[in-house]
Amino acid sequence: MKGNEAIAEAAIRAGLNFYAGYPITPATEILEYLARHLPVRGGVFVQAASEIEAINMVYGAAAGGARAMTSSSGPGMSLKMECISYIALAELPCVIVDIMRGGPGLGDIQPAQSDYFQIVKGGGHGDYRLIVLAPSTVQEAYDLTFESFLLADRWRIPVIILGDGALGQVKEGVDLYDKAPVLFEKPWALSGAKGRKPNKIVPFNLEALELEKMNLALQNKYRAIEAQEVRFENVNINSKTKLIVVAYGTCGRIAKSIIKMAVEKGLDIGLIRLISLWPFPHNEIRYLARNFPSTKFLVVEMSAGQMVEDVRLSVSDDTRVSFFGRMGGVVPAPEEILREIERKGLC
Amino acid sequence: MLKEKKILSRPEILTGAFTFCAGCNHGTINKLIAESIESLGLREKVIAVIGVGCCSTMYNFWDTDAIVVPHGRAQAVATGLKRVHPDKIVFTYQGDGDLAGIGMHEAIHTPNRGENITTFFINNGIYGMTGGQGAPTTLLGAKTTTTPLGRVASEGVPIRMCELLETLSAPVFIQRVALFSPAETMKARKAIEKALKCQVEGRGFSFVEFLSNCPTNWKMTPLESLEYVRKMSDYFPLKVFREPQ
Repeated sequence: MKGNEAIAEAAIRAGLNFYAGYPITPATEILEYLARHLPVRGGVFVQAASEIEAINMVYGAAAGGARAMTSSSGPGMSLKMECISYIALAELPCVIVDIMRGGPGLGDIQPAQSDYFQIVKGGGHGDYRLIVLAPSTVQEAYDLTFESFLLADRWRIPVIILGDGALGQVKEGVDLYDKAPVLFEKPWALSGAKGRKPNKIVPFNLEALELEKMNLALQNKYRAIEAQEVRFENVNINSKTKLIVVAYGTCGRIAKSIIKMAVEKGLDIGLIRLISLWPFPHNEIRYLARNFPSTKFLVVEMSAGQMVEDVRLSVSDDTRVSFFGRMGGVVPAPEEILREIERKGLC
Repeated sequence: MLKEKKILSRPEILTGAFTFCAGCNHGTINKLIAESIESLGLREKVIAVIGVGCCSTMYNFWDTDAIVVPHGRAQAVATGLKRVHPDKIVFTYQGDGDLAGIGMHEAIHTPNRGENITTFFINNGIYGMTGGQGAPTTLLGAKTTTTPLGRVASEGVPIRMCELLETLSAPVFIQRVALFSPAETMKARKAIEKALKCQVEGRGFSFVEFLSNCPTNWKMTPLESLEYVRKMSDYFPLKVFREPQ
């Protein structure tokens, strides 16, 4: 099935109660799949009249204690950012899928990784974080979407599934294993104050000291998430590795082909494929940079270089970090990345 | 000997002192809605969806479930809540900047879906919380901080929300009320109950517009402001636009 369909199916199996969305290429199949399947499997589907309406419906449904989701692509995500900031301070769980396309502006509808800054660094106003998971295959999209609802509920935080047009549109076999979703009690949810004190969801405080306290509580939660939820995959990394490619999503998948080709050529290339973009594996990359002082890093993205800023922070030596990127919806071929590695003498 | 009898008390739903300006109708409207909820026995079912503006602090006074939402988006949030809790009573409370300005998109599409929620629309023709800017419902000629010479048509002709919603087939209850006299205030109270009953009976979208005042930003005494509301009702006629047969 398509990546988009696998995401939608995983959401239903994870106990999705409410979905609201708006058509946008290359994410629309999520909306269409849920229109067909969610109502007959016990959930609520609403086609919103705008991206903003969709995320605000999710805000309401999540406040009501439902497992709620919306999906979109770059321009639509930009529109949702205000409400995502509200949901972050309100500490409500929800899942938001961003199937990235070429930007900026209307851009195009081809695969890109143009939303890293927006999604990983905030996008909306204020000091908040979102758990961001970046699958690189359809199976992984299914697995991570299923798990994202658990993470959202456990941490009371919006979780973003960050894919791109290639992942959303590609068809692959998926193991739709049966697994009972873990459900959480939500004593904070709005359901009418019957037999209990009223619950109030108020992402707002006019007293500066009070708002600072709310911010500090958020930051404490974020430190705990950073300590527990970092995910990545290491391939072929050891003391002999001369070059470590750092990539995520579709680029992470392409990078795996590079490793295979490099082995054939007798080149020592390893890969860190990031699965969680926030929390970012700063400590792990720093560890590798310190312990393998002659190893270089090459960040590959379908962007002008967004995640590379985080890798530079971790490595703390810009001379060791190179970047290769294509933009506008161009997916780089493994051969051209390998040529770049050889041209620059990185390995 | 005279027997003591309680004839009036504050609704139990309302706790703490209002922080609205002196003479502002928000306090009265809060009280009328709270009374109606209590008299219909809905207190334990209510979820209040509170917009952005002078009403944002309302959650402090309401002893019910409540949520504060992004500017203009109350009806979308209410939709999400109501769809996952169809047996609860969900209402939005929004000013004219919130509903008829930044929230016009939701203000049309939510009624058009016939969402089974109730919207209380407080129209005082001005942005109160931010200090008195012109709103989509500011009367022509009215001076505000952004229409210092008096509003002219090229800045937008005041929008009549009830009349706009009347063009849609889905809403089941639409009424405009005002609070400039005891008689009108009692009509407002009845309108609130009717609107909430529509929701209880699952009929669909109900809407009550309150012509309201803003003594602070209109720079009037409370009494003068009520006279101005009476004048507003020439342009925004007080009537039932739609109700269930």
